[in-house]
Amino acid sequence: MGNYIKDRKPAEDSWVPYTGLEDVDNLPSGDIYIPFEEWQTHRDAFLKRNSRVGLILENTDDVFALKDDLDRLDLIVLQFPKMADGRAFTQARLLRERLGYKGEIRATGDVLQDQVFYMQRCGFNSFELRDDQDIPSVLAAFDEMTVTYQPAADEALPIWKR
Amino acid sequence: MYQYSQADHQLLQERVAQFRDQVQRRLNGDLSEDEFKQQRLRNGLYLQIHAYMLRVAVPYGLMSSEQMRTLAHIARKYDRGYGHFSTRQNIQYNWPKLEDVPQILDDLAKVEMHAIQTSGNCIRNTTSDPLAGVARDEIADPRPYCELIRQWSTFHPEFNFLPRKFKIAVSGAINDRAAVAVHDIGLRLVKNDAGELGLEVYVGGGLGRTPMIGKLIRKFLPTHDMLTYLEAILRVYNQLGRRDNLYKARIKILVHETGEEKFRELVEAEWNEIKKTGLALTDADIEAIQAHFKDPDYETLSDFDEDFDAHLLANAEFAKWAEKNVELHKKDGYRVVYLSLKSRNQPAGDVTADQMDAIADLADKYSLSAIRSTHRQNLVLSDVKLKDLYELWQELKALDLATPNYNHLTDLISCPGMDYCSLATARSIPIAQALTERFDSYDYINDLGDISLNISGCINACGHHHVANIGILGVNKKGVEVYQLTLGGSARDDASIGKIIGPAFTADEIVDAVATVLDVYLDQREDEEEGFLTTYRRIGQEPFKEKLYG
Repeated sequence: MGNYIKDRKPAEDSWVPYTGLEDVDNLPSGDIYIPFEEWQTHRDAFLKRNSRVGLILENTDDVFALKDDLDRLDLIVLQFPKMADGRAFTQARLLRERLGYKGEIRATGDVLQDQVFYMQRCGFNSFELRDDQDIPSVLAAFDEMTVTYQPAADEALPIWKR
Repeated sequence: MYQYSQADHQLLQERVAQFRDQVQRRLNGDLSEDEFKQQRLRNGLYLQIHAYMLRVAVPYGLMSSEQMRTLAHIARKYDRGYGHFSTRQNIQYNWPKLEDVPQILDDLAKVEMHAIQTSGNCIRNTTSDPLAGVARDEIADPRPYCELIRQWSTFHPEFNFLPRKFKIAVSGAINDRAAVAVHDIGLRLVKNDAGELGLEVYVGGGLGRTPMIGKLIRKFLPTHDMLTYLEAILRVYNQLGRRDNLYKARIKILVHETGEEKFRELVEAEWNEIKKTGLALTDADIEAIQAHFKDPDYETLSDFDEDFDAHLLANAEFAKWAEKNVELHKKDGYRVVYLSLKSRNQPAGDVTADQMDAIADLADKYSLSAIRSTHRQNLVLSDVKLKDLYELWQELKALDLATPNYNHLTDLISCPGMDYCSLATARSIPIAQALTERFDSYDYINDLGDISLNISGCINACGHHHVANIGILGVNKKGVEVYQLTLGGSARDDASIGKIIGPAFTADEIVDAVATVLDVYLDQREDEEEGFLTTYRRIGQEPFKEKLYG
């Protein structure tokens, strides 16, 4: 741990990624998140548990497939397999702005100081930073830029209408 | 010209501070070159063969004289005394030191300039018609729309890590002078039958390895919907554009592979969801931006000047220049003047610091303190009085900026090639110079008429060879630089991609090969009115092939 930021603060991550899916009737307690593909197969088994459930999506997964389940999900993890791959920016905006998702949207993968500004604008509110990142610098990076021109998840209007 | 708001200034200051920190982290070793690359590339900083190259944005090609003086200052203080205007209306410096770049950005910010998004896989500087606002054939001034696109695209949080770079061009005239058909998105302002202003939207044009002409995916988009529609296109592209292969990542490949019809459906479906959001433009939004581009206080002048006519008769050299490099202006008594950056003494598009300062002075003296850059790598003084032309010409001539070749053979586009660029596989500048010297005859290029000759030093096609009437592509074949000839391209309303004519030529042969092509044209044209492209389209490749290889 120690590389997790939520709502602009260093935080303790209670979520455990879970891939031991062969035994769905014997799931552990506690907050777990699972791949979207498994959710489609074992949805009911996961919902029977008393703990919170989250999903991790590939950046090619269609977020609209989650439309009917969003209120049961407390976490959606979106991936940046490498810095240059920006597909998850669109996924986050669609989840927040189009589907009205209110839970935690977490960035994982190449999550770096110079991107968190853009990520938060797209609706990410938690960040699993790559291990080499310096937490204080990342926290400062949220406010490096204060001027934004265009609407995004954080702002409904462009600068010329505000 | 657009005047920065307090927020625009603040954004630049914050950006300079941020980049200064990124450079510091790189110099300290906290950032790897690979990760720094992602940052510097979004700020126009490339690592080339000899040094870093910094590309400064000139939004839609419009500069004030004050800005031009800053560009001169940067060339002098941080570079080797010159800059290079590119085909995207930007200016590049070839020799800055990494540790100086934050200070350069600071100097630029003081005159409302920057290098934001002049490289990297993001939305690049929007280009436009260099005659915007002064052209006689204008339907509507494209600059307010370009400025709206600039603001919308700057640090767009969703579209800063696209599959590939993304270029938008906007044209507002009957004749396309912005090459909209070879951009990722090309917009043309048009009026519908009801007289309302709207946009034709072309998507998926581009050069490079797989040159394509953009597809018209919407015939009439109300101007109010411009930004929501752009956002819908970019969103479809960000999700579905290929990321597995660098050469298949441009939107042209997505449009091609998805199919035009299906692509349009995807865009329209997304647009329907967002067209009523805050990004939709109101009349007030558009008018507020248009107010920045109001006509200056033009004097009421006659479109006839006795002295001007007298000079034309008395001075043949002046007459040649006035015929080639001067164009009509929408206001009587004013003219548009092209400053040729294609003399035989400097590489195409290069300008020295002293020339830049002098151009700024000339703009103050003769042209309402504004200068434009063109996508064919020249500069423009857009508001010169007819009666001042002779005096201006004398000054331009002394500066070597009056070569009478605008839109003629030696007004060629050339990329920097292997002399500077780390992607290039062949030299461009020496070939361009050899061609310029060989055809350095006013009578000859005058006889050839309107023609385009472009040179790229590699398949990435920065020299736009695909859309030249005569294109030259330098490639490296088994360690030897050779040059392929393409014929029949056009970047105008009749946009087309040139075709390779046959086996490549060596550096020693290519100039003769171009001369042969020109001979065939002169021999085959029906009369002096028939331009190169028309002749080529009429007679096809065969007569050229026979002479070149027969």
